[in-house]
Order: sequence, then structure tokens, then C-alpha cells
Amino acid sequence: MSAQARRGVEAGRGVEAGRGGEGGQSLASFRAEREADWLAFERLLQRAERRSPRALDEAELLALPVLYRSTLSSLSLARAISLDRALIAYLESLSLRGYLYLYGRQRGLFGRIGRFFTADWPAAVRALWRETLASLALLLAGTLAGYRLVAADPTWFARIVSPQLAAGRGPEASAEALCEMLYAGSDGMLGAFSAFLFTHNAQVAILAFALGFVLCVPTVLLILSNGVMLGAFLQVYAAKGLGLELGGWLAIHGSTELFAIVLAGAAGLRIGTRVAFPGALTRVEAAARAGRVAAVVMVGVVIMLLCAGLLEGIGRQTVTDDAARYGIAGLLLALWCGYFYLWGRRSRPRGGEGDSGDG
Amino acid sequence: MASAAGERLSRSLVTPEGVDLGVTLADAGARAAAFLIDAIIMVVTLVVATLAGIYLFIRLGETIAQPLIIAWLLGFFLLRNGYFVLFEAGRRAASPGKRLLGLRVVARDGAALTVDRVVARNLMREIEVFLPLTILAMRQGQGLADTATTLFGLAWVLLFTLFPLFNRDRLRVGDLLAGTWVIELRTRRLAADLAAVPAGGGEPAGQAQPGEAYVFTQAQLEAYGIRELQKLEEVLRVNDAAALATVAQSIATRIAWTGPVPEPRPFLVAYYAALRAHLEKGVLLGRRRADKHDS
Repeated sequence: MSAQARRGVEAGRGVEAGRGGEGGQSLASFRAEREADWLAFERLLQRAERRSPRALDEAELLALPVLYRSTLSSLSLARAISLDRALIAYLESLSLRGYLYLYGRQRGLFGRIGRFFTADWPAAVRALWRETLASLALLLAGTLAGYRLVAADPTWFARIVSPQLAAGRGPEASAEALCEMLYAGSDGMLGAFSAFLFTHNAQVAILAFALGFVLCVPTVLLILSNGVMLGAFLQVYAAKGLGLELGGWLAIHGSTELFAIVLAGAAGLRIGTRVAFPGALTRVEAAARAGRVAAVVMVGVVIMLLCAGLLEGIGRQTVTDDAARYGIAGLLLALWCGYFYLWGRRSRPRGGEGDSGDG
Repeated sequence: MASAAGERLSRSLVTPEGVDLGVTLADAGARAAAFLIDAIIMVVTLVVATLAGIYLFIRLGETIAQPLIIAWLLGFFLLRNGYFVLFEAGRRAASPGKRLLGLRVVARDGAALTVDRVVARNLMREIEVFLPLTILAMRQGQGLADTATTLFGLAWVLLFTLFPLFNRDRLRVGDLLAGTWVIELRTRRLAADLAAVPAGGGEPAGQAQPGEAYVFTQAQLEAYGIRELQKLEEVLRVNDAAALATVAQSIATRIAWTGPVPEPRPFLVAYYAALRAHLEKGVLLGRRRADKHDS
């Protein structure tokens, strides 16, 4: 026991002095001698749990782990020698509370946020490079398929793109109408439009990720169908000689948004493949590891989609020059790629969960 | 307390100090109830916020429309995806519903519950909760799906929702992917020691007859083992008059108690103290007599 200032303990000492010394039985004195420590620990814990740790002063903070260890040793001892079940149950619950308070949660949330941006996010994206390539290939395959389908038979467009989404754009629309839509200016609701795009896309991305759990199948379908839609639009515009213009219209946010969608798909593929093929690990352990890496990527995806929503809702409506649109798109793509694949490659991800590698 | 269900849901949790704390997993009913409470909180929050938004719009008119829409969209997104994450990443590692039911999320391997794990565990709610709702809404809304499709979709999706019922550890899909599980967190008070010998004389005031009135022979103390001792402890702690009388009667019969039993409780307390002292002495010498059949 430490000599730290522990008000509770000191208070307890007085009570115990009368009993502890002369207890004829060793077992009775076991409880009598330590009871005050337990109660002091319980009180400290209660205050620390209820309010923030700042409610405790320095001496009390130092006393907390000491009291925790003494409670734990009491528990071991009680299990060995005592048959008082209520006492053991009490010590078990108190030790568990202390354990969870001291070890069970993450400290330094701000440090964690900092590490997310400087190390964990890019490292997690790098760890998923195979899935990212697969996801990108699926998206491209879908795009190609959509393009070819609509090129071969324009009626496919109506089957691929729902009327609300098409909003008048389609094989039968005139080139002027299509062009006008690409450069339509603001109608004053840009912020709301951005917010809508962000929340909608982020929700779809999260769904694509979560569905990966079902052995990847729904994720694959979702990415493919996105690609097919993209391809169908591209064909409609390209057929009217507006391919380049549509490219700029899409790319300004698309380089970020599609990248995010590809990463969400990759995260879904990761959990699906790891559940299906756990390798040397148990299935449960493999799932848990894949889930944690994928979760880091998904937090990043939501951040990327927030950027994409702003670019689409505000940037695209205000920047109507093709070159500028392509410039912004290229710049962002370069930034993301540099950040993910070049930043901090040397430093291995640190911290308690250093398993973001693709082991 | 050590019911069959309790045994089935207890798992070991070994601390870095090497002590097994033994946690109890939350059962499916408690989990469902906790979720229901959280769902109600979320829906009420959403409805109140929406009504407040409509009220503001009516009062202030067009100018506030855009900020309101943005706030509503982002708020809805945050509520749907962030509610559980924010609470479970907090100090209690539990959403309000879990807190009310005394549950808590912990990492299965006993490590710290990181934000990554909390995010992983809650993103999967998308297929557990919101997908079934979306399928129902689709059917309701535009008749996009016929009955067979709806039923198929629901059955498929309910597989995830009911996932905790299909595994021993009551893991949700999210728990599986995050390496977490949900445990019961009981706060116990330190109960009085039933066998406390008032050595100093007359310490526990109310007790009429301390041990001295009843003296048990060695043979009488060997009638029972640890299991019976702990049953007796339970009976004494519950302190139900009828049960006390019955137990006192059966013990007196078994140990062939010839003396008077004026009141069951003092007799049982005395026997409990004597039996425990006897058995604990045995334990100290390395002899754990599990129950009365154990020789």
C-alpha cells in the first residue's frame, strides 16, 4: 500500500484498528484489514466514472492504480481462501470496474485523431491496395459495359438509369439541352445541394461497405451498377460530341467521389474476402482484423465524400470552365494519391492496434 | 445466481496482472431492449428537431430555408451514423440504452476499446437495421418490390439482424467485425460478512444470539460442503422468513440437532459461521469439499 494521500483510506483506518488486530481468525482479519482500501477504491472510481477524470486531484489519480492492484490481489486471495460468495462477487465486480476504467478505453482522443490523419488513414488505404485495384477494375468494367450497351442499343439507357436520376438527359435529348445542364449556374441552394449529395453518397458508401460482409457479392454488384450508370451517361454525351465537357463536369468532384466509392468497395471486399478466406487465423479473428482496417478506411471515405459533396454542390456550379474543372480534378487526384501512397511510407503504423498490415 | 444461463454466458477476461475477472455477456433480451431504447431516443430526437425546423421555417420564412435544410440533412446523417459511435467511444463505452440496462462494450481480447473498433461495430448497423427498414419503406412507398421480393429481402436481411441468436457469444455482425462483445456491468455493494465474529463483544448490536449459544460438533460440521454453504449464504442474504424456517428445519434434521431452535435465523447464522470457518480451514490446508457428497 502506498503512502499517498488517500482521504478514504485514512478515514477507514480508524474503524479497522479496533477490529483487525485482535481478530482471532486470519480470514476475518483479511477482510477487516483490506475493506477500507476497497471502499476507498470504490468511492474514487465512482467519482471518476461519474465525472471526468479531472474531478480527481493528482494524489487521487496516483492512488487509483495502486488501489486497483491491491483490490485485484485481494480478489486473488479471497478466491483462494474465502468461501464468502458475496465478498468474492463484490471484489470481482469492483476489479472489473477498475480494470475497465484503467485499461478498457482509449486515452487521448485528440492524439488519436492526429494519428488518424498522419499515419493510420494512409496506412490503412495502402494495406487495402489489392482490394482497391479490384474495386477500381470493377468500376471500369462496369463503365465499359454501360458504354457499350447504350452504344449498341440506346433503349438500354432507360433501363439502366432511372427517370428521376436522368432528369431529361438521355439519348433522345438534344445536344443543346445536354450542354446547358453541364454549365447550369447556381440557383442559390448550393449549400443544401452539397449537404444532400454528401449525406446521400456517404450513406451509399457505408452500405456498400457493410454489404461486403455477405462474401462481397452485393458490394461487387453495387460497384458494377455504379460503373454501368456512369458508362451509360458517358455514351449519351459522347455520342453528341460532348464527352470532354461531361468529363470535366464529372471529374471536378468525381476524382474525389469515385476514389472514395472505390475505397468503400475495397473496404467491403476486404471484410468479405477475409471472412470467406481467413487464412491462418480463425475466422472470427480474421474478421475482427479486417473490420478494424476497413473501419479506418471508411472514416476516411466519409471525409472524402464530404469534400466531394462540397466540390459537386458548390465548386461545379461556380467553376464552369472545362480547363479549370479538369485542373481541379487532376490536382485533387494527385493530392489523394500522394497522401495515401507516398506519405509516411517509412513509418510503420504505431499504436495499440498495429495490425493494419495485410497479414 | 449461478443459474444455467449465467454459466453459459460467462467468459474469462484475464487482466495484464494475470487475474481472471470473469465477465458475463449480456443476453439477447437485454441487448434488444437497449437497442429499443436507443431507437426511441433517436426517433424522438429526429421528430422534435424536424418539428422545430418546421416551426422556424414558418416563423422566419424563405431566408432560413437553406441553413435549415443543411442542418437537417447533416443532423440526420450524424444521428443515423454517429449516435452509437459517439456514445460508445465515450467514457462509458455504452449508448444511453445500454447504460440504462447496465451493459457495456468491451474488446474481446481485453484490450482498450479503440475508436476504430467502435466505428467498425456501428457501421454494420447499416445492414442490420437500416436495410430492413429501407426494404419495407420501398415496398410501402412506390410498390417497387412485389410481395415475394419483399419477403425474400426481409428474410435475407433478418439473418443479420438476428445474427446474435445464432452464436454462443451473442455477437452482432458488427461485434464480429470489430472484435468486441457486450458485457453486463453490475455494481455491487459490499455486503456485510455473515460470519463476522463480534470478537470485541457486542459489535453488531441487533444480533441477539452470537455464535456462543450454538456449539456444533465436528460431525455436525462435516454434514455439508461448499455448495451447500453458499446456498445457505444465499438464503440468509435473501432473508425470507418461510425459507429460513424450512432450511433451519432441514439442517437441524440432517445434523441431528438436539438442542432447541427458538428462532431459525440466529441458528442458521451460527451454523453458517461455524460451517464456513470449518470449510475455510480445510481450504487453507488444500482440501476443497465441493458438496455434501464429496468425501
